[in-house]
Amino acid sequence: MPGQFVVLRVNEEGERIPLTVADAIPDMGILVIVFQEVGKSTKLLGTLNEGDSILDLIGPLGLPSHIEMFGTVVCVGGGVGTPEIFPVARALKQAGNKVISIIGFRNKDIILMADEMKSVSDELIVATDDGSNGNKGFVTDMLKKVIDRGEKVDHVFAVGPVIMMKMVSKLTEPYKIPTVVSLNPIMLDATGMCGVCRVDVGGVTKFACVDGPEFDGHKVDFDMLMARLRTYLPEEKRSLEEFESAQKSGGCCGGKGACCA
Amino acid sequence: MPKISPKKTPMREQEPQVRARNFDEVPFGYTPDEAVEEAKRCLQCKKPGCVQGCPVNINIPGFIGQIALGNFWEAMKVMKQTNTLPAICGRVCPQETQCEGQCVVGKKNEPVAVGNLERYIADWEGKQNECVMCEMKPATGKKVAVVGAGPAGLTVASDCAKMGHSVTIFEALHKPGGVLVYGIPEFRLPKAIVEREVNFVQSMGVKLHLSYVVGKLKSVEELLQEFDAVFVGTGAGLPTFMGIPGENHLGVYSANEYLTRSNLMKAYLFPKYDTPIVRGKRVATVGGGNVAMDSARTALRLGADESILIYRRSREEMPARQAEIHHAEQEGVKLNLLTNPVRYIADDKGWVREVECLRMELGEPDASGRRRPVPVKGSEYRIPVDTVVVAIGNSPNPLIPQTTPGLEVAKHGNVVADPKTGRTSKKGVFAGGDIVTGAATVILAMGAGRLAANSIDEYLRTGQW
Repeated sequence: MPGQFVVLRVNEEGERIPLTVADAIPDMGILVIVFQEVGKSTKLLGTLNEGDSILDLIGPLGLPSHIEMFGTVVCVGGGVGTPEIFPVARALKQAGNKVISIIGFRNKDIILMADEMKSVSDELIVATDDGSNGNKGFVTDMLKKVIDRGEKVDHVFAVGPVIMMKMVSKLTEPYKIPTVVSLNPIMLDATGMCGVCRVDVGGVTKFACVDGPEFDGHKVDFDMLMARLRTYLPEEKRSLEEFESAQKSGGCCGGKGACCA
Repeated sequence: MPKISPKKTPMREQEPQVRARNFDEVPFGYTPDEAVEEAKRCLQCKKPGCVQGCPVNINIPGFIGQIALGNFWEAMKVMKQTNTLPAICGRVCPQETQCEGQCVVGKKNEPVAVGNLERYIADWEGKQNECVMCEMKPATGKKVAVVGAGPAGLTVASDCAKMGHSVTIFEALHKPGGVLVYGIPEFRLPKAIVEREVNFVQSMGVKLHLSYVVGKLKSVEELLQEFDAVFVGTGAGLPTFMGIPGENHLGVYSANEYLTRSNLMKAYLFPKYDTPIVRGKRVATVGGGNVAMDSARTALRLGADESILIYRRSREEMPARQAEIHHAEQEGVKLNLLTNPVRYIADDKGWVREVECLRMELGEPDASGRRRPVPVKGSEYRIPVDTVVVAIGNSPNPLIPQTTPGLEVAKHGNVVADPKTGRTSKKGVFAGGDIVTGAATVILAMGAGRLAANSIDEYLRTGQW
């Protein structure tokens, strides 16, 4: 279902990695996830080739997106948030909404799923931070233009970096446009058991894994979310450095060197 | 008759200063001679109080009698008639309030060390080339689904399998054992032992599906179309916070998160294992139960210079096992009793740096029968910390109650089940363990599992609800 996610482990030593489902074809047993290689765990996942397998996967987790006929809906995707907003946009379109999609990337070389987004949208706006695709600006600039041109926007869905979701929510708040954001806090079990994914929504603590991951963007304490996402920066850095140096020296040492120490 | 030694045969253990810095198990276990010596202290009572005190009514004089004779294999046979998880029970049961609390020897002397002997005999079996198999009844053709592979679920599964039913366990995490693998630390319950006992349950024909969330992938309702009965043993997995300011600061953990990182994900072996954990130097744990003790002791092993326990009542009211409190203190955990946190104070980067506490005094007894702690006005003071673990309890996991229409739930989210049979308000659905009682002990969950298995069997044979 749109908005839900899975958790997977690549190997026995690996983290439980939460990733949003971009598409699913249950009859064929196909699950599509799109991820960006950022830290060790996602880079490790990136080393797998076609035909390789992961250790285990659990899902679907989280509550599905609330889809109904809102009227005109703007779907905003930032970077790898785009594949995640795709099933939401498709479901909104199927529910009869006018869907305007805005997707943003740093430059034109990393534009993702524009054709797919176009196929489920009445209008698609692609923006790049550096203007290399000929449309310079952030997704918020594009959203502002849509609102300013007099479009009556009834609902906004936004998925992407926390700062983007924060800015989108800030932009829509004075217009009183209900805005749903999909949060990506640190998760561990992702079944409501540990509480690491707690977020402050309107002064109430919620667990993103079971109460979310989608929340009212006008109520989310984004600053707290950003702070909590920094909890393990030093460890993440160390993990990544050791992984990369092991990769450079020709892959895993098989239990003798730094990667396995 | 030879005179009984007044004291239990002591079990050798790692020195406190050494063990506080490693994750190896604390006690070493008995030698065969020590086990026989201890077993001989048992009076073989005609009406054994110990059996009455045991939630799963293990034939305690029976297995101890065999140990006393040196018949370890026979002892294990007796054990497995009523308990398929003895290596776990011997380590984590609160024997002082159960079997050993009822022991006649214990009236004048120290009771027979039932827990130590149970552990001994189970570990002895683990070192043999084969294990004692249970007597299995012929297959009934009935199918039982068990939701949750914790202590309650594993007991239901093994009991139902013995009765000839076909059992499938559905477990949400990637490893079976529930709290035995995510909660209880390696130094108290080695994971290899949990694995061995789960393997034994599987050897009885029980099927196990891991990473399978009932309530998401399939509902209980859907399971009922495939299975003749469903047992819900999903535990008390929802961490409780106090709702005081600052609980979302960086470095403030629920005990579930702290222990799951360390135990299930092996964060203590980071970076060999990828999951990190904050290795605090001054760690405060809030709470007075076994989970709090496990957290405070884990903090030491992760390298804390100081591990401070903050508990709002006095030592007498602490719900932890005596042995855990004793071990924690030996290792250097400092108990700050009659103290309650009121808020957490962070630095400018959002990391917790201080706990503000209030001193408490004991007032009139409350609903639990324990004297209620009352704050002393104006007694605020601060403790410098860099990590906090909140271990004040867990609530029942809401997933199954939320997704199962017709399943009656009490006000704290507990599933309502008949304490004698485990029957819920929904036909064919049974429940037991922490999901019914709220957070309790491993052995009580196993006791509930035993009762539920018997009534599942009855239901499957008679069809009567």
